[in-house]
Order: sequence, then C-alpha cells, then structure tokens
Amino acid sequence: MSKLLIVSPSPHNYGNDTIKSLMYGVLIALIPTLLVSLYFFGVGALIVIVTSVISAVIFEYLISKYILKTKPSIMDGSAVITGLLLAFNVPSNLPVWIVIIGALVAIGIGKMTFGGLGNNPFNPALVGRVFLLVSFPVQMTTWPAPIQSRLQYLDAVTGATPLGIVKEGLRNGEQVSELVKQIPSNMQMFIGNVGGSLGEVAGLAILLGLIWLLYKKVITWHIPISMLGTIFIVSGIFWLINPEKYMDPVFHIIAGGALLGAVFMATDYVTSPMTPKGQLIFGIGIGFLTVMIRLFGAYPEGVSFAILIMNAFVPIINLYVKPKRFGEVVKNG
Amino acid sequence: MLKTFSKGGVHPPENKLSAIQTIEQLALPKTVSIPISQHIGAPATPLVKKNDSVKTGQLIAKSSGFVSANIHSSVSGKVIKIDSVVDSSGYKKQSIIIEVEGDEWLEEIDRTPELKKEINLSSEEIIKKVGESGIVGLGGATFPSQVKLSVPRGMKAEILIINGVECEPYLTSDHRLMLEKADELLIGTQILMKALKVTQAVIGIENNKADAIEHLTNLTKQYQGISVQALKVKYPQGGEKQLIKAITGREVPSGGLPIAVGAVVHNVGTAFAVYEAVQKNKPLFERVVTVTGKSVKKPSNFLVRIGTSVANLIEAAGGLPEDTGKVISGGPMMGRALSTIDTPVTKGTSGILILPEGESRRGKIYDCIRCAKCVSVCPMGLEPYLLMTVTEQQNYERTEHERVMDCIECGSCSYICPSNRPLLDYIRLGKVEVGKIIRTRKA
Ligand code: SF4
Ligand code: SF4
Repeated sequence: MSKLLIVSPSPHNYGNDTIKSLMYGVLIALIPTLLVSLYFFGVGALIVIVTSVISAVIFEYLISKYILKTKPSIMDGSAVITGLLLAFNVPSNLPVWIVIIGALVAIGIGKMTFGGLGNNPFNPALVGRVFLLVSFPVQMTTWPAPIQSRLQYLDAVTGATPLGIVKEGLRNGEQVSELVKQIPSNMQMFIGNVGGSLGEVAGLAILLGLIWLLYKKVITWHIPISMLGTIFIVSGIFWLINPEKYMDPVFHIIAGGALLGAVFMATDYVTSPMTPKGQLIFGIGIGFLTVMIRLFGAYPEGVSFAILIMNAFVPIINLYVKPKRFGEVVKNG
Repeated sequence: MLKTFSKGGVHPPENKLSAIQTIEQLALPKTVSIPISQHIGAPATPLVKKNDSVKTGQLIAKSSGFVSANIHSSVSGKVIKIDSVVDSSGYKKQSIIIEVEGDEWLEEIDRTPELKKEINLSSEEIIKKVGESGIVGLGGATFPSQVKLSVPRGMKAEILIINGVECEPYLTSDHRLMLEKADELLIGTQILMKALKVTQAVIGIENNKADAIEHLTNLTKQYQGISVQALKVKYPQGGEKQLIKAITGREVPSGGLPIAVGAVVHNVGTAFAVYEAVQKNKPLFERVVTVTGKSVKKPSNFLVRIGTSVANLIEAAGGLPEDTGKVISGGPMMGRALSTIDTPVTKGTSGILILPEGESRRGKIYDCIRCAKCVSVCPMGLEPYLLMTVTEQQNYERTEHERVMDCIECGSCSYICPSNRPLLDYIRLGKVEVGKIIRTRKA
C-alpha cells in the first residue's frame, strides 16, 4: 500500500455556510431596499450608494494590504455591506466627499483598527454615520423630498423627516392631531414615499429582506422582533397615556430608521450577542433606548445611538448570559 | 407523533448509499489480527501463545477487570504471533495474529438459523453471559455491555432504549440489521429487558428509515413491552443523552449516567449480539460493517469477522477508488481517519467511509465572525467559540467553568462554522487539560 491517506480529527464533513455565503445572503436581502431608494431618490441615491460602496471596498483593500499587511478579503462581501448600509443611513443629497469620509471612518476606524471582520465592537456603518452626523450636522439632516427630487442631486428640494417635524412641533407646543396633518400617512411611509435617509424609508422592502434573512437562516428572529416589539410597546404606553403628546406606536415602528436598524444594523453578527437570551436583552435594550431618545432626547431619531450603546454592552451580556446547558435541570418530568 | 431532542443539532446530507444493499458474508481472510483492546477499559489478557491452534469462537484473551471485555477468536487456525498492530485509533495495540485454516467453530455454538424465542436464563445469568461473550456497545462507543446492565445499588432502571437511530451520514449497518434480523434483535431486546428487570423498551428510529420503522412496528405486536418510536431526523440524535431526551423528555444531569434518569441505552447491533450470545451460545466475533463512499464502486454491508483487514473490505466493495483522500473508520461526523487501510476491523467498527480527495481537506481558517451558529447547534448548550478561545489562552479554569467536560464531541460546531474554525480540535484539547486538573484535584 503506497497511497498516502489524509488524517485529521473528526468531523470530516462540513456544512455549506461560508462567510461569503452568509454575507451574500445579506446583500440579496438588501436588494429590495436598494431598489426602493433608487425609485424614490433617483440620481442622488445612485451617486451616494456607488460612492459609498466603492470607497468602502477600496479603503478595506488598502488598509489590509498596506497597514495590516494581511491578504485583503474584500470578496467576502462584508465591506460592500458596510458601504451599502452607510449609504442607506445618509440623505441622498450628501456631497461625494462627505460620503467618502464616512466610508473611511466606517472601514478605517469602525472595522480595521480592531483587526478587521470579526473583531470590531461597534457596527462600522453606524460608526461612520454617527461621525458624519456630529461633524456635518447640517448636511446630514437636510432630506431631499421623495420622487420630486429624483433627477436632482445636490440641488434637491429638501424637507424635514416626519420624526423631525413631530419633534419640532411638540417642542413648540403643537398637538399630535395637528402634526399628523403635516406628515405622510403611516401607509405612505411604509412604502417609502417619505423624506429620510435613503435606505430607511422603505419599510415594506426592508420587511421583505427580513423574511429572506430568516428563511435563509442568516439571522434568527430574536433581535429584530424584540427590538421592534419593545419600540411598539414602550411608545404605545406613552401614546395611551397622552395621545395628543405622543405619536402612535405604529408611527414609531415605520418612521425613521427603526426597521432598517432592527433588520440590518442590530443583527450584525460581530456586534451582537451570542445567545438567544442575550440577543433578546440586546434587542429590548435598543428598542427602549430608541424610544427614550426619540421622546426625550435632543435628536429626533435615536436608533443609531441606541444600537451603538448596546454594542458596548455586548461583551458583558456574553459574559453573564449563558445558553441553557443540557442537563442543568435538577427536576425531571 | 415524531419526536426529537430539543436543543441544537444539525442536518448533514444523509448519503445513505448502501441502504438497499443486503448484508453479505465477507469471505474469510488469510489472516486476522485481533487487538486485545477493542473496548473502553483495561486491555484483555492473552490466553494463547504462538503456534497454538484455535477454533472459531474460542476465548483467546480474558477480561482483566470490571470494565474490560473478553476477546474471542473469529476464525480457526494457528496463532502465528502476538505483535503490535496499528488500529483505528492510530496507535499500536497488541494483537493476536492468527493464520486461518478452514472454519471450525466451537461445538457448543448453535449455528442453525432457527429462531429461539424462549429465554431460559435468569437476570444474573444473562448479565454473566453477556460479559463472557465479550459484548461491548456496537454503536461505536465500545463500552462493555455487562457493566451497563449492572444497575448500581440504589438506582433503578425504568426503561430500556434501543438505539436504532444511526444518525451518522452514510452508515447503514444498523438499518440493515433492523430489516434483516428484526426478530433476533427483538428477542435480544427482551433478554436485555429481563436482565435489567424493566417492563418497557422503546426502539428509537429516525424517520429516514421508514421501512425499518414499519417492519419493526408490525413485529413488536408479538413482543410484549416493546414499542417503536419514530424520530425526526437530526444529528446527533444517536448520542445517548440526546436519544433519552427525545424519547423520555428527561435530561441526564451534567456529569451523570443515563441510569440517573432511569434509562439504559443499547444499540440495535448490541441487542442482536446479545441474542446470539444468550440464545445461540455465540460470542461476539463478527459484526456488520458498512463500506461506502461516493466513489466506491459497490457500497455494501458486510458481515465481517473481527480482525479482518480493512483492505479486504475495500477490495470486496470494488477496490480503493483512484481519487481517495481519506479512509474513515465510522461516520463522517465522529469517525476516525485511518493512516493505513491495513487496519483490523474491531468490535467498534460500524463502517468504513472513503472520502474523495476533494472532500478530505479542511477549508482556510478565518477569524470568528461571531455569527453564533456554533452556539445554536451545540446539543449540550455550550459555547464552542468561547471554549476554543479560553483553551487557546490556556485559561483552563474558565474552560472548566464553561463546562467543557459536557462536550460529547459530536462535531456539530466545527461542521457549521462558516469560518472553518477547528472548534472541536481545541475543545478536545481543553477536555484533556481540564481532565488532568480534575484528576490531580481528586488525588
Ligand atoms: S461543543 Fe461539543 S457537544 Fe457542542 S457541538 Fe461542539 S462537539 Fe458537539
Ligand atoms: S460558528 Fe464559527 S464564526 Fe460563528 S461564532 Fe462560532 S466560531 Fe465564530
């Protein structure tokens, strides 16, 4: 017998999931949202998305090759996702150079300083977004109007988001029943016909993405459902207390970045907890913080901050929240 | 209603290529090498020496303790030497090498095919007979069966579970046995019930073996106290703790034995061997072995004498394929890769799986992307990614605290990991190190 056999410990077969297949699963889930934002925001959306994705990929390539000196793994799709999500979190009239800075911060600071995919504590796209929000508050909060600004980019007609209108109005002592006349209906917002960051307006499309992600087992239901459920319940409680002072819970789910955050940002593998129980705590925390910031904070929108804050708690959650071990039960039935 | 265990599990492709191949008697080899340690526990003590003549079924090495097992000759002929031979563990083990001459069986063995239903032995006599016949767990665990039948003082067996799950992909030896030797294994089950003094036995079979479920369900009508439970396909359902959970809903406590929840589990192959030993006086010296693989010409189920070289089995299944990369003793999830095919078949060899070169190498290892998939598939509720990290850091205190010793080495975590992380390799290392620490603490 001369044939040399390969010897290695078990198991000897492997499942089909690879980093690439999972990341591509996310990319496919993002397609409906992408199409809706192109439909409503046209040229501006296209420019912002292309700039963001390309610069994210290039930065990842350059940083891993020349600074970390590792073999760049841009084909795994994770840089494309970060680029897309960053684009989805900014207005469609954001100048190209600001988008590039955002991508540099997202990839360079949010991801690569920690050693690349798998090691970053904070969601890179949100790190980029929050950096831009703090550095360029004006550009980051002028929102092109949907449909009518399709053929415009920097010169788009702008307006406030429903969350912004409500926050401003309530601050000035207006009643909810007055304010709802100034914003699109929940249904209009749900299909995406509303001002806002270019990927967060498409509620329906995001839900399609969610169904795909669950069906393909890329993610589990724990984070999105607990986060949205908490937003619904907490904002619903305030609404029941005083419907003239607080918006209804359905509005809070559909408006702003709640859906985008719940489905695509909070579920980021690297920056969310490892056990189902931990994921529930994480989702509930984000939901709760989101409502608190929206109702009582300085900003009209709080999803990004809420996710980043809870990202910081992930190591602690992982340390204390353990899966139910087999054989731990003392009682048997 | 279909049952299954509740926590974790994976669904590897089943690839039961040899499921329709009836069991075939493999031709006698020219020589056999029979290791004196084919079971968990102390090696047996050889009773023969060079140039001794032996008969088929003759005791050639004696159990050397409570946890040990007798070894019988699988052929008739002459002992040519006692030497060390590499077995499926990859280590050299002392083996008795016998040159085959004819096939002369011990006279007391009943070689007639008649079914013998009546059980004449008492509970104690059965346990003794099982021990004398060298029967060990044939599912692959090779734990001496009489030890499992001796219920510790103060404990009581309530239910006997017969493991017909065969959840490892590719393997079909138990499946064939359930189809072709159903009556024998049901009588074997009754013998085990009598030994354990239980009135209830359940045979657990996954529903990818619908023919076996149907066949045994029909037959159990004639056997009091035995029923068949169909199970939803999920790996590692054949794990003792998972099977008990699936059938009874009870969880064997961490660090405890099945008897702690009143259950005793035996494999279908073991039940068949018990029938042959108790009713036919035939000690364990042959077993059914699946030889399979996608490039194997004739995937087969062979009845093989213990000590036959794996090379003979592969030859009988059409020869070693050109593209062979790995030869595995057992299934793809828990089997051992052989370093040479000149390895003897032992009591624990359930199958020989030949993987093509292209499926034999592991993928490139990436950083953990924290997808939590390993956590969600672990049937023991552990966190494989964490166990690997703390083992890597040699933080064994934490490794123990995170319950590394509960790991059943099913491989589900390594199987699912999208970053190809060698989770189980590290966890095994962690178990060894923590095991040492626990032993020094006790000492
Ligand atoms: S940690 Fe052990 S028990 Fe859990 S999946 Fe991995 S091998 Fe199986
Ligand atoms: S399956 Fe692999 S990549 Fe995913 S958490 Fe476990 S070790 Fe990390």
